[in-house]
Amino acid sequence: MIPFEYLRAEDAASAVAAVASRPTAAFLGAGTNLVDHMKLGVASPELLVDVSRLPFDEVEPLPGGGVRIGAAVRNSDLAADPILRSRYPAVSRALLAGASAQLRNLATTGGNLLQRTRCVYFQDVTTPCNKREPGSGCSAIDGYTRYHAILGASSACVATHPSDLAVALTALDATVVVLGVHGERQIPLADFYRLPGDDPHRDTVLEHGELIIAVDLPDLPFAARSTYRKVRDRASYAFALVSVAAALDVADGSVRDARVAFGGVAHKPWRATRAEEVLRGAPISDESFLQAAEAELAGARPLAGNEFKVPMARNTLVAVLRELAQEEAR
Amino acid sequence: MDVRIQLHVDGEWRALTVDTRTTLLDALRDRLGVMSAKKGCDHGQCGACTVLLDGRRATTCLALAVAYDGAEITTAQGLTNGGMPHPVSQAFLDHDGFQCGYCTPGQVCSAVGMLDEVKAGQPSYVTRDLARSVELNDEEIRERMSGNLCRCGAYVNIVAAIREVAR
Ligand SMILES: Cc1cc2nc3c(=O)[nH]c(=O)nc-3n(C[C@H](O)[C@H](O)[C@H](O)COP(=O)(O)OP(=O)(O)OC[C@H]3O[C@@H](n4cnc5c(N)ncnc54)[C@H](O)[C@@H]3O)c2cc1C
Ligand code: SF4
Ligand code: FES
Ligand code: FES
Repeated sequence: MIPFEYLRAEDAASAVAAVASRPTAAFLGAGTNLVDHMKLGVASPELLVDVSRLPFDEVEPLPGGGVRIGAAVRNSDLAADPILRSRYPAVSRALLAGASAQLRNLATTGGNLLQRTRCVYFQDVTTPCNKREPGSGCSAIDGYTRYHAILGASSACVATHPSDLAVALTALDATVVVLGVHGERQIPLADFYRLPGDDPHRDTVLEHGELIIAVDLPDLPFAARSTYRKVRDRASYAFALVSVAAALDVADGSVRDARVAFGGVAHKPWRATRAEEVLRGAPISDESFLQAAEAELAGARPLAGNEFKVPMARNTLVAVLRELAQEEAR
Repeated sequence: MDVRIQLHVDGEWRALTVDTRTTLLDALRDRLGVMSAKKGCDHGQCGACTVLLDGRRATTCLALAVAYDGAEITTAQGLTNGGMPHPVSQAFLDHDGFQCGYCTPGQVCSAVGMLDEVKAGQPSYVTRDLARSVELNDEEIRERMSGNLCRCGAYVNIVAAIREVAR
């Protein structure tokens, strides 16, 4: 690890100014991803600006019925928040599916959204990786692809995004609130993450020095009937092979509205708009759920080591929708 | 970059100078000689370095010491009960909740933190209804303790020890 300066941010504006003015500076949340990368040589910032104690540590109602989640709220506190648990259970459950309790007690909302891929080659500086070192090549495409993408990948990068939280937030139409040197902007989560294309170096549309200060969840009454299911190589404390976040609005035996996103299948949380279209107005039945899954996965392009993900994603979505359809209304 | 910090460790204020690169785990072990926080993986993956940090269980191998100036830390060594072992440590002894013992201090701190989380009504991934209160059955114990790996595989007895304390 190279030597670095550490600065505990006094306020958001000075944190932004400090990082924006120095290309080698980075924000520090709890460090559970960034410090790991510094140990591995994947990241080597010369200045860390600690934003984990800025006063963005609350979950508060928004006018209009939504909820604002501060960027410094710890993953465990967010998961246990009564509003989240009753009105947006998919978000709570997604958080609880991630990492371990002793990591969630530290990890921040902002840091969680900006954690980087767990692609083994990205984390190993001795191997080529376009995301870590643009132009060096992709070691994964012809290598170990069990955890890699089946949707939206490019010949430059087939990595997946590892955050569980981001999948639930994407399904439920959340917006990221960002502060930069030129002021605040709001970015729908659906537009926040990028597909790899020719430039897998960048995970998101954020500019250097832009600070996440909050995430807003809109008022979505039927999100009370939402959940998150994660399929992994061991029962707990492992990243997703495939995951599904979904919310279902049901009436008189049919689906009135739905929100669906997949995790573990793409460079970003994959909002399943095609599946949602099929679901809207469809009768509640396994056939409808299967059709929805197939509509979304028709474009899947699995790699040699992850063909299993296509049926796994399909079956997981069907199982989640079936579970939600049977859930008692709240 | 050297920085002067203070940590309240197992009941005592300790002042030290650390390089900004020093993790909380290395500060405890290498600088303060507090050996009950263990280094397993050094990458957040095993839970051996778990302590109670300002009252909550936390891994220390990815935490920078400089970011925790002024923090209160309790390691397994500091978890005592008027000179007697803490009830959780005692239960690990009674149930053979270990073989080599390397993961044990982290397991014990984690179990203490976990029981507090349950008391506070925090759900886990396997809690059926997130809006209701939690019943700490074996499935819940296993899920909530999944951040602590035991290479000796003493899991069955670890669950038994925790089940007894929770009763
Ligand atoms: C063993 C292990 C298992 C894990 N398993 C899972 C899992 O199953 N599912 C899952 O979702 N996650 C998992 N994680 C990842 C974990 O959730 C993240 O490490 C954590 O959420 C990151 O939060 P942090 O506050 O520590 O971020 P940091 O590590 O401090 O920061 C991460 C990135 O975000 C940037 N950043 C931080 N805060 C802000 C901000 N407010 N604005 C702009 N930029 C910011 C940093 O500069 C850095 O680039 C696991 C981690 C470990 C170590
Ligand atoms: S998949 Fe992406 S992150 Fe992994 S080696 Fe290829 S370029 Fe790097
Ligand atoms: S040493 Fe910290 S989690 Fe393994
Ligand atoms: S007792 Fe040996 S690792 Fe757990």
